[in-house]
Amino acid sequence: MATAKSHIPQKRGDVVFSGLVKASGIAILVTLGAVATFLIVESLPALDPAAQIGSAPDGFWSYVAPLVFGTLLAAILALAFATPLAIGIGLFISHYAPRRIASTLGYVIDLLAAIPSVVYGLWGIQVLAPAVQPVYQWLNENLGWLPLFVGPVSGTGRTILTVSFVLAIMILPIMSALAREIFLQTPKLNEEAALALGATRWEMIRLSVLPFARSGLLSSAMLGLGRALGETMAVAMVLSPAAVITFALITPTNPSTIASTIALDFPEAAGLDVNALIAAGLVLFIITMAVNVTARGIITRSARKGAF
Amino acid sequence: MQRPTVRLNRWFLPLLAAASFGISSIVVTIPMASAPGDFNFVGAAALGVVIYAILSFLITLIAQGPRVAQDRMMTTLVLVAFGIAVIPLVSLISTVVTLGLARFDGEFFGSSMRNVVGEGGGALHAIIGTLEITALAALISIPVGLLTAIYLVEYGRGRLARSVTALVDVMTGIPSIVAGLFAFSVFALFLGPGIRMGFAGAVALSVLMTPVVVRSSEEMLRIVPMELREASYALGVPKWLTVLKVVLPTAVAGLVTGIMISIARVIGETAPLLIVAGFTQSMNYNPFSERMMTLPVFVYYSYASQGADTQSYIDRAWAGALTLIVIVMVLNLGARIISRIARPHTSR
Repeated sequence: MATAKSHIPQKRGDVVFSGLVKASGIAILVTLGAVATFLIVESLPALDPAAQIGSAPDGFWSYVAPLVFGTLLAAILALAFATPLAIGIGLFISHYAPRRIASTLGYVIDLLAAIPSVVYGLWGIQVLAPAVQPVYQWLNENLGWLPLFVGPVSGTGRTILTVSFVLAIMILPIMSALAREIFLQTPKLNEEAALALGATRWEMIRLSVLPFARSGLLSSAMLGLGRALGETMAVAMVLSPAAVITFALITPTNPSTIASTIALDFPEAAGLDVNALIAAGLVLFIITMAVNVTARGIITRSARKGAF
Repeated sequence: MQRPTVRLNRWFLPLLAAASFGISSIVVTIPMASAPGDFNFVGAAALGVVIYAILSFLITLIAQGPRVAQDRMMTTLVLVAFGIAVIPLVSLISTVVTLGLARFDGEFFGSSMRNVVGEGGGALHAIIGTLEITALAALISIPVGLLTAIYLVEYGRGRLARSVTALVDVMTGIPSIVAGLFAFSVFALFLGPGIRMGFAGAVALSVLMTPVVVRSSEEMLRIVPMELREASYALGVPKWLTVLKVVLPTAVAGLVTGIMISIARVIGETAPLLIVAGFTQSMNYNPFSERMMTLPVFVYYSYASQGADTQSYIDRAWAGALTLIVIVMVLNLGARIISRIARPHTSR
């Protein structure tokens, strides 16, 4: 048959093309596998208990423990500051601001999400740290009996509290953009039903918008947490670090974070120190992956629930 | 019994706000009589907001009842949250613009830092490095990301597609410094420890960029209406040509927009480049050998290792930051303009 013959090259095109796109899908799998494999391979020398690591004389785990603590502390504080603000901004844009202003504001927030972290770092150390230092002084004088605000107060303002302010500002755009999206997805009928029953605007939000948005807000908080955990340059520039585990937020000795330690120490590291830093990076990778997977889990579960 | 409600005049709230700020500025001024100093704007604003919140709540409570008062309180809180968030972001932009303009000049864009101590010098070497490394990263990420998106939308069925989707999600969450460590591990394994080169930076950036490209392209391909594909199949066009000649041209504006935004995402990355591309003061046009400066690393390095003449180093850091922001904004605005111009072609 003549037509059958003319189909052959087309079939071949189909085979080649589908093979090509499938190959790039597999390339993604391979890349992620390679990231994990190479990190593990390069970490192993440092994980050996007998290893003599210059920067970690007591072994790798006692080296990484304060870093994990600092990473979690800074990120969780940042999340605590950013979440209420993000919900406020999201509500303002979705339910309070006039329509025309709202779309412009949404766009401006998207733009802010794109500002490079090194710029936030520069601003944090040059503008924010000197500005908050007197506040720390005041906190220590008036609330110094709280373990959070014990002295001595940092003279430069480069403390873990400042770092978490900067991190909060950095994750605010992405979190409020997500919050806005979630609030806008509330079924219009639910909102109108609440208003028709005589609810005030806040009652409408509390009765129809917030219950609908709860799981979405949770997952956006998790994504923000993931960002804050992995943030490097802003922390590296702002913090004056030390290898300590402490909840004192405004002293000159602060627990450092994994990412910023890698950035600060890597350029000068050699030998086993490099492996120790890569192993610390692997720990960070595992933590952020766990957070992100949890966030995705929440999204999928609520999406399945929403289908009913 | 129904509580008699009073309607408040529409000028009531603005007047109350003005009065609150008036009171707070007077309160803030009082200690200045004994200890003269600058007027404390932050303190006055904070106090004014607090006074306004309490007064508006109490007056509304008396005039209109607890439900309206609670509503008004929450409105104030939402506005305050918005205000608190806007202050640092405005401060950031205005600082970068004012301080960055000091060295935003011809010399900054026309010379490197070779043999520069103190004043002068520029970031040409860093700008070249950023352009080359980002271009290489885009060269890797765009084909892989686009093809993967086509696979997921047009071909992907079953377990492989599901695991690709899941892993793209995981990849979006990789901290940038981990991507840098990965690139370093790969290149160190084959080329010896202490390896630094621009191409390794491009590999690290492509790990970060690919999932972003996949996500945005996937979204754009999914909104291409099914009818277009079916019409093409009905005419006997094979699937691959349908994708190339029908689906992609329909989605092209969205694809370009997504790609530009993904470039804007990675062009400001600092940490991975600090690790694998290193820093240098000289021009290096070859991304396959030796250290290569990039703009974000330039900003960091100018700040972190200041020479004797501190101010000129800080000025260069701010000028670099301004350049970065301008590049990112231009990419974002360009993306937005493209998507607006091309909107009529899509089904939306």
